[in-house]
Amino acid sequence: MDMEASKKKLGLKERYNHLTRGLDWETSYQPMEKVYPYTRYEGIKIHDWDKWEDPFRLTMDAYWKYQGEKEKKLYAIIDAFAQNNGHLGVSDARYINTLKLFIQGVSPLEYMAHRGFAHVGRQFDGASARVACQMQSVDELRHAQTQMHTVSNYNKYYNGMHNWRHWHDRVWYLSVPKSFFDDAMSAGPFEYVVAISFAFEYVLTNLLFVPFMSGAAYNGDMGTVTFGFSAQSDESRHMTLGLEIIKFILEQDPANVPIVQRWMDKWFWRGYKVLTLVSMMMDYMLPKKVMSWKEAWEIYGEQNGGALFNDLARYGIRKPKGWEQATIEKDHLSHQAWATFYNYGAAALFHTWTPTEQDKDWLSEKYPASFDKLYRPRFEHWEEQAKQGKRFYNTTLPMLCTTCQIPMLFTEPTDPTKICYRESDYKEEKYHFCSDHCKEIFDHEPEKYVQSWLPVHQIYQGNCFNPGVDPTAPDFDPLRAVLDFYKMNFGRDNFDFEGSEDQKNFAQWHGEGA
Amino acid sequence: MSNVFIAFQANEDSRPVIEAILEDNPGAVSNASPAMVRIDCEGQLVIRRESIEARVGRDFDLQEIQLNLITLTGHLDEDDDQLTLSWKQ
Repeated sequence: MDMEASKKKLGLKERYNHLTRGLDWETSYQPMEKVYPYTRYEGIKIHDWDKWEDPFRLTMDAYWKYQGEKEKKLYAIIDAFAQNNGHLGVSDARYINTLKLFIQGVSPLEYMAHRGFAHVGRQFDGASARVACQMQSVDELRHAQTQMHTVSNYNKYYNGMHNWRHWHDRVWYLSVPKSFFDDAMSAGPFEYVVAISFAFEYVLTNLLFVPFMSGAAYNGDMGTVTFGFSAQSDESRHMTLGLEIIKFILEQDPANVPIVQRWMDKWFWRGYKVLTLVSMMMDYMLPKKVMSWKEAWEIYGEQNGGALFNDLARYGIRKPKGWEQATIEKDHLSHQAWATFYNYGAAALFHTWTPTEQDKDWLSEKYPASFDKLYRPRFEHWEEQAKQGKRFYNTTLPMLCTTCQIPMLFTEPTDPTKICYRESDYKEEKYHFCSDHCKEIFDHEPEKYVQSWLPVHQIYQGNCFNPGVDPTAPDFDPLRAVLDFYKMNFGRDNFDFEGSEDQKNFAQWHGEGA
Repeated sequence: MSNVFIAFQANEDSRPVIEAILEDNPGAVSNASPAMVRIDCEGQLVIRRESIEARVGRDFDLQEIQLNLITLTGHLDEDDDQLTLSWKQ
């Protein structure tokens, strides 16, 4: 051998540098700006891509090795789950409804994140940024697949999970998460990573995955806690990437600061509104509860987010504009959301219910400032109506916020008894919003948001009926026609949990034993 | 100074890592929830390879912690010997 073997292995930082800088080159047949055409039009100025440092410095060999181990561990548990009647082990069949919401609303976003990171993993000029985004793209595909595999075991036994892909593009409440990601995907690459890597992954994702997955464990759902924490082990890498992206962009040029601040304002608010669904999962849908939405917001929002924005203040960055309002709303968010789904329980692809006595006491304890005064009486009124055989189902359609697409259910920040309405005029049309922040997002980019596919508008325009349906027929039932278009199994997927097939089956499986 | 934190799945792989962190960082506090353990520490938190190796009795690659990691906060700096989480202010 001519070459003397090196005595010591390369260190982590050197190995990572060889993978990124070492394998990258400047193009000569084509100018770099033609090879990477999307990184200039958003106004972000980058002077030196080599300043990008991925803190985890994972090399490809290590990446495949660790991801392979995670998969083996996960699939061993999924096999054990399937072989040992794991679907029977959950605390109560009401719990399954959180999984329905998850597969309908969250898993499709994992797939969109895979696509989004594949795109920016090609388009960024810097090799380290591309490598980090490509790994994340593979991670996100893994998350989508593992969630489908895990939930498929429940789909064999429970309703409301069989057609989630079809529903995600059509059903009224699923346009909330769908439009969130479509909004990010149709932005430029820098806005996309600020939206998803920073605002969603770093600032908000703990609120979704950490207390909720711990709640899945507490409710005996071995499958979900396993895919959840397996995904979350990648998430830690994504979160550090999110923080690195922000520091890198801010340090490159002072002119980037106001652009990034505006994106933070926008994407914090967009992401927070999507988490409305999570707030009611935690407070109302978990039969055995681990933490209230309010407590989760205090730990992962106020404390953790507070520390983050305190740290970023040295760049001239302040907390996102909607931060204070989110803090005020922590006493109200989950109650208002669940009350709305209770109303529209005939049109939802999961079951709803009024809280049990035990649930109500827990809610009183966790929400001393709001539950007994504002929300307990409302649920008790509905409970009383249901007892008399008059379970309330709202059959009219709500007005939606043009930006977040959530029905106008939120109250004024200063008055929790008054619904908050805002509006803007644009090109002689009127647009409606649930909050000042959603209005401001629209006002800054009206040409984008006038294209929103708002489910209620689409229903009224006649775009949500199956081909051949005649809306002029004398016995035409518009609500039923929309639910047919959704491919809902009417009477099985919808309505109250009380009396549902899920409830009956669960009781029978447990009563009769093996 | 704000707190940094790191959370792990509650299992046998994580136990020596958690013990090492608690010993190496005197201000660190652990909080257990179902299936997970979160460790909070003011300002900075260090994970040292040697301390984990002393407990598991074999060579340990610090990147192995990624298998059981749930979440973390703060700026991260990692080399072969230690991983540090910190806030700058």
